Amino acid sequence: MANLITLESLAAPASTADMRAKLEQSGCASSSCGSSTRPADMAPEIWDKVKDHPCYSEDAHHYFARMHVAVAPACNIQCNYCNRKYDCANESRPGVVSERLTPEQAVRKVVAVANTVPQLSVLGIAGPGDACYDWRKTRATFEEVAKRIPDIKLCLSTNGLALPDYIDEIASLNIDHVTVTINMIDPEIGTRIYPWVFFRNKRWTGLDASKILHERQMESLDLLAARKILIKVNSVMIPGVNDEHLIEVSRVVKAKGAFLHNVMPLISDPAHGTQFGLTGQRGPTAMELKALQDKLGDGAKLMRHCRQCRADAVGLLGEDRGQEFTMDKLPEEVAFDPARRDAYRAVVAESRGEHATTKAAADATLAAIETAPTVLVAVATKGGGRINQHFGHATEFQVFEVSPAGITLIGHRKVENYCQGGWGEDATLDGLIAALEGVSNVLCARIGSCPKDTLAAAGITASDAHAYDWIEAGIAAWYAAAYQTEIRLTA
Amino acid sequence: MAYKIIVSQCTACGACEFECPSAAIAMKRDAYIIDAAKCTECEGSFDKPQCASVCPVPKTCVPA
Repeated sequence: MANLITLESLAAPASTADMRAKLEQSGCASSSCGSSTRPADMAPEIWDKVKDHPCYSEDAHHYFARMHVAVAPACNIQCNYCNRKYDCANESRPGVVSERLTPEQAVRKVVAVANTVPQLSVLGIAGPGDACYDWRKTRATFEEVAKRIPDIKLCLSTNGLALPDYIDEIASLNIDHVTVTINMIDPEIGTRIYPWVFFRNKRWTGLDASKILHERQMESLDLLAARKILIKVNSVMIPGVNDEHLIEVSRVVKAKGAFLHNVMPLISDPAHGTQFGLTGQRGPTAMELKALQDKLGDGAKLMRHCRQCRADAVGLLGEDRGQEFTMDKLPEEVAFDPARRDAYRAVVAESRGEHATTKAAADATLAAIETAPTVLVAVATKGGGRINQHFGHATEFQVFEVSPAGITLIGHRKVENYCQGGWGEDATLDGLIAALEGVSNVLCARIGSCPKDTLAAAGITASDAHAYDWIEAGIAAWYAAAYQTEIRLTA
Repeated sequence: MAYKIIVSQCTACGACEFECPSAAIAMKRDAYIIDAAKCTECEGSFDKPQCASVCPVPKTCVPA
């Protein structure tokens, strides 16, 4: 395994020459690969905007990191799935933060992270309240960060109620990605999600609240689309409330110019103290979520890699290094140093070319298999597009749908960390098997025989034979071995 | 004639400070405090006190 490239090795302090040398050991003349990873059905000008944004491009999420700064704690609506009363460093869900920042503190934190985490490409403000309602703090943060780090992408997340008031400032700040959370286009359904909104100096309740919110959300989409700002729409899937309705929501928001629709599962737990948590409203299972996402179809326009991160998350999607960068750990003065970022970007550009070539080869392998089933494969990865995490260390698995037609990321499954100091616990493994519902094979960098046997007993095969391969290459090799053999045996 | 904030329940989101037409609300140490001398309960400005209307926690921004 001398020729493996890990993301850590790329991100660790190293010269460009070292990074390149590591790439060349991989056996691919990567500088000559150079093929574009732009999806065939995406316009070049859109690809330019999204190619380094982990939330907007599935390809980018293997390489690039985002950070949220929690400068906007105030909110202008109440949602039944949100409660900002508690913050806990161990919880991961939107609206949760451990440390609120002033715009000045936020700028210091962004510069410190940019110097330490070369993968950082995006600064987002997602609350923990609403970034547009608490606009003065959002604006002050973006203005100063853009001056200090010119190549960072700015994005914000909002419920849309206040957005129309600031659309011109949003455009002039070059915020070119905006996420609007839209859970309904029928205010009657909204009454079961939003108890109130605060608008034009008044608290509105009932149907009035949802009507106002709906109208402002639609207006926000129109204003953003008219300014060619990329729109992502987030929807929370709430079983029995808006699940089927989201099909209609998806149709409408895409017609209004949304580039991506991201359907997320409701996170509901009585311990969170949310209205839904307290009333026992359940969230969807992973397979229910997948079934709805499949109905929404239109793969390129549906986001499947969302991790529902905290409003102060730092790092690649699925990892959170926020606790490394709390204010007490930051120096008083930090100067921006672009050297490592530039080196990392050069290396990633090469690596992505190789990844694209690998994907094409994987597709060709799969296409050569005539009849084989569609299956789900779970992959343990630390990023970089490789099968590079030990089974026992995984806190989530990326799930791919595989058939002769190709390999598609369809989501991720969060699991309890199974391995604790080298001793896996059976109880956790039960939870893990439940989380892998529908999955037939697991690929990871390493797995012990004991968990492997337990998974096998549950009907899930697991393998570390493709350790450190590109994800697509490993999946294609496994799939070909599994199903071509079967065809030969039955022929 | 003033409102007050029950500090133990307050999430310190600051929405009330943002909405107050009298600049009566400010962060003192780690908590938002309403200056009773400045608070008008929004009389003459709005139908209802803005701080209580926007507060996300029930019974936390109340008449003093």
